Amino acid sequence: MASEDIWILGIHMTKFGKHPDKDTVDLATEAALGALADGGVTMRDVGVLAAGNLMGRGAGIGQLIQKQVGQTGIPVYNVANACATGATALRTAIMAIKAGECDMGLAVGVEKLAGAGLLTGGSRATEKDTWERSGRYGEVAALDGRVGTETMPGVFAQIGMEYAHRYGGIDFELFAQIAEKNHAHSTLNPLASYQKRFTLEEIMNDVMISFPNTRPMCSANCDGAAAAVVVDDSKLKTLSGSQQRRAVKVSASILTTDPWEEACQVLPNVNTLTRNAAAQAYEASGIGPEDLDLVELHDCFATAELVHYDNLMLCEPGGAADLFRSGATWRDGRIPVNVSGGLESKGHPIAATGIANVWEICHHLRGEAGDRQIEGAKVGLAHVIGLGSACGVHVLERAAA
Amino acid sequence: MTAQIPLVDYLVLDPEPHLIAHECDGCAARYFDRRNACASCGGTAFHDEDVTTVGEVRAFTIVSLAAPGIPVPFVAAVVDCGGTSVRANLVNVPPDPAHVHTGMKVRLATQVVGTDSSGVEALGFGFEPLEGATDGQ
Ligand SMILES: [Zn+2]
Repeated sequence: MASEDIWILGIHMTKFGKHPDKDTVDLATEAALGALADGGVTMRDVGVLAAGNLMGRGAGIGQLIQKQVGQTGIPVYNVANACATGATALRTAIMAIKAGECDMGLAVGVEKLAGAGLLTGGSRATEKDTWERSGRYGEVAALDGRVGTETMPGVFAQIGMEYAHRYGGIDFELFAQIAEKNHAHSTLNPLASYQKRFTLEEIMNDVMISFPNTRPMCSANCDGAAAAVVVDDSKLKTLSGSQQRRAVKVSASILTTDPWEEACQVLPNVNTLTRNAAAQAYEASGIGPEDLDLVELHDCFATAELVHYDNLMLCEPGGAADLFRSGATWRDGRIPVNVSGGLESKGHPIAATGIANVWEICHHLRGEAGDRQIEGAKVGLAHVIGLGSACGVHVLERAAA
Repeated sequence: MTAQIPLVDYLVLDPEPHLIAHECDGCAARYFDRRNACASCGGTAFHDEDVTTVGEVRAFTIVSLAAPGIPVPFVAAVVDCGGTSVRANLVNVPPDPAHVHTGMKVRLATQVVGTDSSGVEALGFGFEPLEGATDGQ
């Protein structure tokens, strides 16, 4: 028996940016209460809570949220899956409903990252004065910077350069043009961290972080939270007409990891697991890439957005540069990508990102996206990837009514 | 002669510096780190295989921002060594996009990482351009 359809009943995203006066719990609470209010329900209606906060490192963000919004004794799942943490929380709530354990779930993702700087890369502070082997490479000293790079901008730069090498016709300027698009899009999003348009020259001449990614081509560290309330079909039918009309159908909720491949042992391969997730999502929803009205994809770096055009099958294999050059992924193009401004300008509060991108899609499908509304949007796709790796893809459809 | 040790256990210095991979007995998947079992086939038996010391740059970046204490800029790359992907820095080449490109042919080169308090020198590795490279010996 096919399980019931799942619906997003309520969803909320806080302003992304600097929130010096709010802590992680404040932001998560604002998102959770916002999502419940948006759905017209309360914590008493919710049967499962899944929550993520990567920097909290196991502090039990779910229980901390309960203490602010309602301790009803329901099961809490604190989840972590790198940058796919938010999508994992959402999928966990969906799975609980699909398993028949409850008919309504709440998913929350939150992060405080403003001013965090470079988040990855090995420190050399603790090096000893005599060589001693340790670790799985039997290393006598830190490897970051000596055996390649562990920084995210560097890893994703190589991912873009590998694609450029394989297919050709792709250069620094093309990657910079992708950032130009996303920053231009962000000017219409009042909740984005940055709403500043950059010229191509400004982007290319800005501080180089890891060639070819300059600073405005990297995701913006910021504070933010997002939350979603999900319900099954039977529950939705008991709710009001306006709740039913604003509900957004979750036509596919997919999570994948890396299948074994030779090359991904030394450089993460973000392509195969994304392609697999997209294929599964299209199969599950009966929706093809040509049916999508908009896409929010994981542009943690400009170099990443390009490869995901291909991975999400928005173009023919190898056709990502041609797709971009055609203008298709600008907001007035055939398949608008990251009309929110994307991670490069909207910002990337890690655990919130995988729900915030779903919020953006829902906003358009409900016709509530204001100045940046993609007119007549009926179907959208939200994609995140966390290195390690995990890939989340959600396909969303406007209610038929 | 100064005592030397390799930076990682998959770098072998004698008789000539080269890398070794831990190869799965069952499916020939190669790993540079210690594995409890093969991520491809689940086998638990491995043996060491030499990796060819010449290869081709498949991807690179020029890192200009790194953690404190790491000298920048430097070139980080993935080098295809006869079908085995190797992560390494590119060395003996200016770290700018005019001098580094994907597809360039490179060969293994060793570099001194440092000397510890007992006088032992740790040797790391990188890859240098084949063309125009000076003999490192
Ligand atoms: Zn094997």
